[in-house]
Amino acid sequence: MPTSPSEPVEAPQSARYDLAVVGAGPAGLAAAVTAADLGLRCVLLDGGRDTGGQYYRHPAPGLGAARPDRLHHGWSVYTGLADRLAAHERAERVRFRGGHQVWALERTADGFAVHVTRGPEAADRTTVPARSVLLATGAYERQLPFPGWTLPGVVTAGGAQAMLKAGLVLPGRRIVVAGSGPLLLAAASSLVTAGAEVPAVVEATDYLGYARRPGVLAAVPAKLVEGAGHGGVLLRHGVRLRPRSAVVEAHGTERVTAVTVARLDAEWRPVPGTERRIDCDAVAVGHGLLPQIDLATELGAATRTAPDGAVGLRVDARLRTTVPGLWSAGETNGVGGADLAIVEGELAAHAVADRVPKPALLRRRTRLRKFAELMAAAHRPGPGWTGWLRPDTDVCRCEEVPVARIREAVDELGAGDPRTVKLLTRAGMGWCQGRMCGPAVACLAGPGEPGPDRRPLACPVPLSQLAAGPSGEG
Amino acid sequence: MLKTQRPPLDVVVVGAGVVGAACAYYAARAGLTVAVVDRGPVAGGTTGAGEGNLLVSDKEPGPELDLALLSTRLWRELAERFGAAMEYEPKGGVVVSATAAGQDALRAFAAGQAAVGVTAEEVPAERLRDLEPHLAPGLAGGFHYPQDAQVQPALAAAHLLREARRMGAELITGETVTAVLRGPDGAVRGVRTDRRRLDAPAVVNAAGTWGGELARLAGAHLPVMPRRGFVLVTEPLPRIVRHKVYAADYVADVASGSAGLQTSAVVEGTPGGPVLIGASRERVGFDRTLSQEALRRLAAQAAALFPVLADVTVMRTYRGFRPYLPDHLPAIGEDPRVPGLHHACGHEGAGIGLAPATGLLISEQLTGKRPELDLAPFRADRFPADTGTDA
Ligand SMILES: Cc1cc2nc3c(=O)[nH]c(=O)nc-3n(C[C@H](O)[C@H](O)[C@H](O)COP(=O)(O)OP(=O)(O)OC[C@H]3O[C@@H](n4cnc5c(N)ncnc54)[C@H](O)[C@@H]3O)c2cc1C
Ligand SMILES: Cc1cc2nc3c(=O)[nH]c(=O)nc-3n(C[C@H](O)[C@H](O)[C@H](O)COP(=O)(O)OP(=O)(O)OC[C@H]3O[C@@H](n4cnc5c(N)ncnc54)[C@H](O)[C@@H]3O)c2cc1C
Repeated sequence: MPTSPSEPVEAPQSARYDLAVVGAGPAGLAAAVTAADLGLRCVLLDGGRDTGGQYYRHPAPGLGAARPDRLHHGWSVYTGLADRLAAHERAERVRFRGGHQVWALERTADGFAVHVTRGPEAADRTTVPARSVLLATGAYERQLPFPGWTLPGVVTAGGAQAMLKAGLVLPGRRIVVAGSGPLLLAAASSLVTAGAEVPAVVEATDYLGYARRPGVLAAVPAKLVEGAGHGGVLLRHGVRLRPRSAVVEAHGTERVTAVTVARLDAEWRPVPGTERRIDCDAVAVGHGLLPQIDLATELGAATRTAPDGAVGLRVDARLRTTVPGLWSAGETNGVGGADLAIVEGELAAHAVADRVPKPALLRRRTRLRKFAELMAAAHRPGPGWTGWLRPDTDVCRCEEVPVARIREAVDELGAGDPRTVKLLTRAGMGWCQGRMCGPAVACLAGPGEPGPDRRPLACPVPLSQLAAGPSGEG
Repeated sequence: MLKTQRPPLDVVVVGAGVVGAACAYYAARAGLTVAVVDRGPVAGGTTGAGEGNLLVSDKEPGPELDLALLSTRLWRELAERFGAAMEYEPKGGVVVSATAAGQDALRAFAAGQAAVGVTAEEVPAERLRDLEPHLAPGLAGGFHYPQDAQVQPALAAAHLLREARRMGAELITGETVTAVLRGPDGAVRGVRTDRRRLDAPAVVNAAGTWGGELARLAGAHLPVMPRRGFVLVTEPLPRIVRHKVYAADYVADVASGSAGLQTSAVVEGTPGGPVLIGASRERVGFDRTLSQEALRRLAAQAAALFPVLADVTVMRTYRGFRPYLPDHLPAIGEDPRVPGLHHACGHEGAGIGLAPATGLLISEQLTGKRPELDLAPFRADRFPADTGTDA
């Protein structure tokens, strides 16, 4: 497995890379190996130590976890890609650099300077020159607050998955899984497989909305198999699926001890009188994923809003963004899962190399994207979810800004958009830079589609590294 | 199109930035019926993209310093009611110099300021650390300006507007002014937005960096141009910077007409914990591109002033476009060419500080009083029609 953390990338004397791939998840990994197959000189950068991204997250070798494949569908797909990467690395066609967090892309006369931080010291700055860049930075979880959501024991659904995959730890013994989206089933199934009890999977939508459109599902057999797989596991463990319901409150003082679940109407408003309490010691909540696209929007790349309200990059059939030389593959173009991410990575590599891909690959992408859009539409949060908030519910947990302060900013102080709410309340100014509270703040700020987030620094950067300036390579 | 509402308006203020907010506040307080229109939200323009330094220290004697001193007094009055809400902090400024020659220049500068009412106390090198324990060693000395203060600009604008609304002003956000209406005599009659018509005998141009475009809608030439700035925001820190601290060359940068990048970091702590480091100045139109060179210089200068900052993390950076007029003075007051059109824009890097004075002077003119300061230096017709092509 390719691991070479935190030694600086020395660009060979000759020149810059043909392609810098940012993100080594399924999309970036597939793109890098395909691009190398096609003769491009690539560097594959990831903030994490290893390749694999969110889907193929796996334990550090030292943990001695026996069988990462137990938690992964398609583990062999990953090992196939990883083997190809290793071969290309040996042949010096690709460099994988883990621990390389990209904080900005800068356009230069002949391509891009990719600005990287590798650690806390002034010398941990690297600037990677590349003719073109492929963004494959994936997604992060959409969170919608509810009373009690800041209690210890409340984790995100993806976070629970990630914890399991990375270190095989469970967030609790008796875990309620809640929110909306296909990740809930995956998370619940991993949790029960790992020995937890899951008293309920609480899904806000009528879960099977899209599955009832057989034409679409039949076209993506892999998804069907995966869905059935989860379904079977859950059935075997007697897990109850509660559709059209939500966790409207988490109870406890030191840590969560129970949740209140209520039915929702079609707009996601909690229906009074339907509340019931479920004892648990952990809650895994998720409301789908949001594309992580700061690096591209900062360069002015055009975006589009998916049916679930998530803002992703606008790309053409060749995966080109509207910024010349910048491509994008995977979740950055709208959330669609690992299979789609791989297909898009391969397609983007062809486009960067100016090769014509197999028509089948293009067709597969079209099919998977269509399915993704359908799923997104089914899981779009209804406007009524704010009905489960209370005035004192913290929306921004970094800066501890409750609902009431945000409502005051909107109703009394003239804030009509998330940016102004942030300026007037500090919501979104903490460590996560609004990634956690952004969607909720946007809903509370009023109607209208939220624009893309603007974060000139995609992640915090040590001041000494800014002061040092770009490293010698650029 | 929505009908004009009753009661009839005395004035329409275009722009809900801090300057428009101050104009609305003082006009409403003077008993006028006011409507404020902005195409975005409150503080969505440069006000939401700047810092809140209220400085007298960086201004040489002249019309701008007169405005700043009037504002200093007005900010104190405002702070009695809204101080906490606006995060007003009368923390004072400290200007430091690295060399003896620099300290001599500062001394001469401060003497000139003192003559018109600025308080400036010389701080010898060995006492600098009493004021700022974390300052770099080896500085030649500095000056302490107790009148310098700070507000949070967006909160200041929002609370001034909230108060104006309590006094009857109407706030209309999300509507763009598309025309300035004028009668046969050329005098202003109101504005048209993309949704309605607002009739009023006076219009205040508080459109900030876009003030030139608004003036053009009324047929007047006013060459307001953007001057870009970046600000760095660190992670939350304990109180390591107590005043607004900057190096003496800052004053030269502020007054410079050069288009090239200038930076001399002003370093300050905020009530929320983060330290702000800003801001660069550069004339590049409305180009939003992140400037690595601006970031590098701001970071390096901040670390040179406060070596401890070399070990902190920068959480984010933001940029804004200062509304800049060729002679670095704002346009304030009625336009001699267009009766009823009152300008309140072009404050460049001092619009937060100068907002209350601007608002007060405009309201005095609107109500037929003699303005507290002579408005002649701020006349909008002082620029020949061929000025204003940005380098
Ligand atoms: C927490 C979480 C858990 C998930 N669990 C599952 C699951 O169990 N099952 C499932 O089907 N799907 C899961 N997903 C969905 C997952 O996004 C996709 O299935 C798939 O991993 C997408 O592939 P990708 O290559 O587009 O992005 P990702 O796999 O997300 O890969 C993106 C990579 O980019 C890196 N990166 C991001 N920003 C930077 C930067 N600025 N600099 C350097 N590197 C950067 C990240 O470290 C990451 O390795 C999960 C998503 C999340 C967010
Ligand atoms: C990086 C940076 C740092 C700064 N630091 C300081 C500082 O420390 N101290 C200080 O005093 N100043 C500082 N400034 C300057 C200060 O921010 C500005 O001078 C001030 O905000 C200008 O306020 P304003 O109300 O005139 O303009 P704005 O806040 O820009 O308001 C103008 C408003 O007019 C609206 N508008 C424009 N055209 C129309 C139209 N046709 N119809 C409807 N609405 C319209 C816009 O939407 C906007 O909201 C800084 C600026 C920058 C960029």
